[in-house]
Amino acid sequence: MNGPLLEVSDLSVVYRTYEGTVAAVNGLGFSLHRGRTLGLVGESGAGKTTTALSIMGLVPSPPGVVESGRIIFDGQDLLRLPEREMKRIRGNRISMIFQDPMTSLNPVLTVGLQISEALAAHQDLSEAEAERRAAEMLERVQIPAARYREYPHEFSGGMRQRVVIAMALACNPSLIIADEPTTALDVTIQAQVLELMKSLKEEFATSMIMITHDLGVVGEVCDNVAVMYAGRIVETGSLEQVFSDALHPYTRGLFRCIPDIEEELSVIRPIEGLMPEPLDLPSGCAFHPRCPRCMEICRTRVPEAIERDGHGVMCHLFSEGGGGDHA
Amino acid sequence: MLRYFLRRLLLLIPVLLGVSVVIFSIVHLAPGDPAEVMLGPSATQEDIANLREQLGLNRPLYVQYGAFLGNALRGDLGRSMRSNAPVVEEIMDRFPATLTLAVLGMAFAIGIGLPLGLLAALKQNTWIDALCSFVALAGFSIPNFWIALMLMLLFSIYIPILPSSGIDSWKNLVMPTIVLGVQTMAVIARMTRSSMLEVIRQDYVRTARAKGISDRLVLTRHILSNVMIPVVTIAGLYFGHSLGGVVVTETVFSIPGLGRLIVDAIRSHDYPVVQGGVLFFALCVGVVNLLVDMLYAALDPRIKAQYRAAR
Repeated sequence: MNGPLLEVSDLSVVYRTYEGTVAAVNGLGFSLHRGRTLGLVGESGAGKTTTALSIMGLVPSPPGVVESGRIIFDGQDLLRLPEREMKRIRGNRISMIFQDPMTSLNPVLTVGLQISEALAAHQDLSEAEAERRAAEMLERVQIPAARYREYPHEFSGGMRQRVVIAMALACNPSLIIADEPTTALDVTIQAQVLELMKSLKEEFATSMIMITHDLGVVGEVCDNVAVMYAGRIVETGSLEQVFSDALHPYTRGLFRCIPDIEEELSVIRPIEGLMPEPLDLPSGCAFHPRCPRCMEICRTRVPEAIERDGHGVMCHLFSEGGGGDHA
Repeated sequence: MLRYFLRRLLLLIPVLLGVSVVIFSIVHLAPGDPAEVMLGPSATQEDIANLREQLGLNRPLYVQYGAFLGNALRGDLGRSMRSNAPVVEEIMDRFPATLTLAVLGMAFAIGIGLPLGLLAALKQNTWIDALCSFVALAGFSIPNFWIALMLMLLFSIYIPILPSSGIDSWKNLVMPTIVLGVQTMAVIARMTRSSMLEVIRQDYVRTARAKGISDRLVLTRHILSNVMIPVVTIAGLYFGHSLGGVVVTETVFSIPGLGRLIVDAIRSHDYPVVQGGVLFFALCVGVVNLLVDMLYAALDPRIKAQYRAAR
């Protein structure tokens, strides 16, 4: 098949809480081609993890409800699949790497068992065979197979994350969703883990969605980038397009937040204001209260997505009659 | 692990020593004279004095304690002042009934409390949850002697299907088991519910789901193993607590167990039996706590690692 491996369109997810309805994801859409890595970038609360959990069919319910949308994975709409079918895909064809390796492994089970059970669930293997393959996976992430019967507390944070990676790769999935896989790690360990993920991704010919708020990580591993703000993708394009020619004021703001060590007088210029309260999103473009180039129309109308050469942006500056420029 | 176990076993010695000092003091400082009680109101002063001499009650307290301790170390807890039988024999005579009752009570507490707590957590904020919480709260709040009397009224008098006293068949054990276990059951149900609610929100449960393994495996392998850790701790603590309940239960249902033995001994100032019985209870609680700690290590590898480190 030549179409995209994953195509998400018009996805909306809300959380119904006692305080009101939280719109976590609002009509989001993107696609991912085979063998590619998409970086999903945004601040905390932008809806990145909810998007990932929607693809996995794991949005906590209650309070989460997927209100609309389609998630076409390899020709099948995951949102229409019965739970039984979804179980066959989860951990097998799509798997997920979670943020905090300190809490995402079960403390009372050996790491070996936690890897082999994914294999046992999806492949018709004898116990011994599952164990052998799991031990092999440990070696693949540079942990000696002799440590198969050890418990998570006997490993360091970086090693635990490698165990999680081994778990995710065990069934050789077509798609890996990595949700801030390096955020909880030391900077030096981050680099190692990223390097490992990159090489394993190549080796297993897997596609990947890399969720992160770290533009450095995106530059390191991604082919395409989608920038999320308040549950919408505000800018999308190839790594080059977004990094060298950011259009959306929010994306530009993000880049200004990175200190430049080569510049002598480096002043970090954070984006003014805070992420809007998801219970009460601003009218029009959700970014308008913080936008340095806010116009009248931004306050009232949600901008349309505009695309040029695969570089998409959701901003009135670039719609017809807008004052957008590439400067 | 074995070294830890042996070390803990050695630590029981100072505990038992402490208990023996406390119980010896309380028994001997309590008002009333066993010689008088034994001989009855018609006894002469001379008879009483003779008996006191014979029982060694005239000696200074520390001498009496020393003698008691020395004998206890050799496994001799003295002789009952009432029956003149060795105290160890009396205890061993009564112990099987008490042990049966305690084990049945615990089985009842876990067998009902655990499922009740799990059900409440799985159906959180529904009427089922509310009902389970009500049962647990009631079980914990209602005094067990009152439950005992109400059960007797119901099942021995209005619907006479269960005998109210004695220990002749399994039927005799039904009501005592419930009475003894109901408080522990309530505590276990509450503990299981809160532990379960905490565990199902853990990241590792989400990780397990993300692997696509069956719901049954997620529950049994990933959730229950973690839920059990605090539940076992509480169950262990309440086992000692329920041995106290044994005294009430055995008295109400006229079961010839250790609890009854001690109560009767207290009434008749039978010092050696009271001391021996309480000391034996302390030993039981100590051993059970030790077993629970070992079980705890088996459930949680992090605790096991600590035990190893603390050799």
